[in-house]
Amino acid sequence: MAEAVDLKVVGSRPVRPDGADKVTGRAQYGADINLPNMIYGRVLRSTVAHARIKSIDTSAALKIPGVLAVVTGADFPQAESGEIGGEGGGDVADVAQNVMARNKVLYHGHAVAAVAAKSQSIAEAALAAIKVEYEKLPLVLDILEAMKPDAPLLNPNCFTKGLSEKQTKPSNIASVMTLARGNLDEGFAAADIIHESEHVIPMAHQGYIEPHACTATINEAGQATVWLCTQGHFDTRAQTAKILGCSVADLRFIATEIGGGFGGKTVVYLEPVAILLARKSGRPVKMIMTREEVFRATGPTSGSIARIKVGVKKDGKITAAKCWIAMEAGAFAGAPCGPAAMAIFAPYTIENFKVEAFDVLNNKPKVAAYRAPGAPQSMHCMEVALNEVAHKLGMDPIDLRMVNAASEGTQAPYGPKFPVIGFKECLEAAKKHPNWTKPVPAGAGRGFAVGFWFNVGMQSSAEVHINDDGTVRVVEGSPDIGGSRASMCIMAAETLGVPYERVRALVGDTESTGFCNVTGGSRTTFATGMAVVRACEDVIAQCKNRAASTWGVDADQVEWKDGKVVPKPGVNADLKPLSLAEIAAKSARTGGPISGRASLNAQGAGASFACNIVDLAVDKETGKVDVLSFTAIQDAGRAIHPAYVEGQYQGGAAQGIGWALNEEYIFNKDGVMENAGFLDYRMPVASDLPMIDTQIIEVPNPSHPYGVRGVGETGIVAPLAACSNAMRNAVGFLIPDLPLSPPRVLAAIEANG
Amino acid sequence: MAHVHFPDNCLPYTQGVRQVQLAVTNYRELLIALEEKYPGIYEKLERASVAIDGQIYQDAFLEPFAPASEIYFLPRIEGG
Repeated sequence: MAEAVDLKVVGSRPVRPDGADKVTGRAQYGADINLPNMIYGRVLRSTVAHARIKSIDTSAALKIPGVLAVVTGADFPQAESGEIGGEGGGDVADVAQNVMARNKVLYHGHAVAAVAAKSQSIAEAALAAIKVEYEKLPLVLDILEAMKPDAPLLNPNCFTKGLSEKQTKPSNIASVMTLARGNLDEGFAAADIIHESEHVIPMAHQGYIEPHACTATINEAGQATVWLCTQGHFDTRAQTAKILGCSVADLRFIATEIGGGFGGKTVVYLEPVAILLARKSGRPVKMIMTREEVFRATGPTSGSIARIKVGVKKDGKITAAKCWIAMEAGAFAGAPCGPAAMAIFAPYTIENFKVEAFDVLNNKPKVAAYRAPGAPQSMHCMEVALNEVAHKLGMDPIDLRMVNAASEGTQAPYGPKFPVIGFKECLEAAKKHPNWTKPVPAGAGRGFAVGFWFNVGMQSSAEVHINDDGTVRVVEGSPDIGGSRASMCIMAAETLGVPYERVRALVGDTESTGFCNVTGGSRTTFATGMAVVRACEDVIAQCKNRAASTWGVDADQVEWKDGKVVPKPGVNADLKPLSLAEIAAKSARTGGPISGRASLNAQGAGASFACNIVDLAVDKETGKVDVLSFTAIQDAGRAIHPAYVEGQYQGGAAQGIGWALNEEYIFNKDGVMENAGFLDYRMPVASDLPMIDTQIIEVPNPSHPYGVRGVGETGIVAPLAACSNAMRNAVGFLIPDLPLSPPRVLAAIEANG
Repeated sequence: MAHVHFPDNCLPYTQGVRQVQLAVTNYRELLIALEEKYPGIYEKLERASVAIDGQIYQDAFLEPFAPASEIYFLPRIEGG
């Protein structure tokens, strides 16, 4: 791995290549595809939160002029259980039934039918004409209520997994994840101070600004082409193939530009429906969700209830920690209990601990991944607990973390020993940061918290083609959400030794490039970047062969240096170095076009730790909270394009702050979301937040050619607890639950006198 | 010799055994040996992630082991 001082392009900040198209409207997003004879699809959604579907009568809808197709669950193949594949996995039957209900609706907004018509307004009229007869069932929304043995059951075939004995009574508890080590009783007995608290975190949405959208067309041979905004067109193609029971080879998925995903666009909602409507109507079908549909029917992240108990000695050493956390999955199993349980204590060396995490079904939309899924919910309670302990000890909260900080060789709570990590470096940076050392503004409270995410590798492919003028074209299959095209160009330029300006990157569709798993899991710069570097190395090997054959020497007598093939020392010094452009210009003569390729399952993803510092001011008369300053310090391993890395830190912070201070799903007693729009589901906008200060720490990951660690997700983890801790310091007492919205803060202030 | 540590959800297959040592040299051999010893466990582990000497792998196959590798099975990590 190259040292930072040797790098010429990595670490630079070229202007983003996609910026002009995006700000001028030229960029094509999911809703921007228009095809000849295209018609419009819309989804009919359940008006009740839990019911059997007794009948669906579509006859009146089909009679409306301009309506060309209607589909219901009956048009889909039988939803058979099986592995959906992809990053996190899941059951095909669950995803298929979420795309279109079969016998039951499980949440308000669940898709029950879809129409395709010549205009949006005709499609709307057709939806209104479809008659669905429901047999209402009792519903359950509250997590603890759903866990009770006599709770209304969402799935009679759901038996709790993860317990030592096989379960025979169905339950809304889909699974339990338990991690434990040491002896809790002894650990707590050894503590000088014990803190216990319970915390509720609300269900929240990823809040991507671009709704789900796709356009599908299908030919007479049954081969479909779908343009879609997605985090992973290969994975969504595979999911769609399983849901429709067709061959992957008959589906071509083309990723458009994407206006945010954050995990919420790693799953399918519209695509199988659009394909079926296209097949039935014989026309291309465009489908765009409304914002209301996005809220009601696409995965938010789990709300949770967490009970934490921590014991520490007077010197700050944690002697024991215990957490019980229940996370709502919504209508189908899949709350991120595993990562929640694994992450909560990950930053710390703790000899005695136990975590139990429960995946709980309830009559809400099926949850989907949201930036470090599970970690914000679980780590919130631990980071708040440590803040309380720091208060009781009269100890600096950063020093408390330092006493217990994990480092290389520490056994992680989930078993393996950490390889090299940058947690202590982040803590040291936070301790010295001006936003920590400066006085707390009068009347404000300052909070500190820590974040962590594992990051993943998984599969990526890349091709690198050398044009005959020596310019470079990189083709890979990772939808560009956070600037990955520029990062791929930077890594290609660095590896090949050519200027950044001579490299272009293209995101290929599923027919034109090799398989890539989703742009998610903080994997793209790491894994697809690794594939790009390997493909460049393949190019270099070919160039060396071409040059060697041109010179009449053996290939092992030449080397690659600064974008050129040069003879090794001691070989004929009269040989003039050959540049990439010169070799490419003669490629027809020396063996044909020069293209490198790599397909890999990238292993060795390095974890990323973060520290957050936030100053909050609280208006004690209204409960309104102002963020005076926010600092995100995080280990990137190596920042390929620092501005993009800073952007990830800031974006994660903004989302975490929004979740901490205001975002929540508000359901009425009938399971209807009452704030299904940006006016009432209030996310931070530019005027709500100060500039988020960032500091990039670089503790290189030895598994990546340039030391990259994923950065996209860790940034959302710490803000929740950092805000809770700042609030506690501002008002003088702990408000345990989120969000810290004005009515809740005001009520807490009034309750505490 | 691989030192294998089982998570709680594998204990029904291992009859409560939390650790086992097996003379295997790579991950593929390990899965074969585990299925032989604990029938049915392969299906449970097929989609699991695995940490081999601290390095986490998804979809491991032929990853080699050191003479005394520490092996931990983990849930698959889904990111966002």
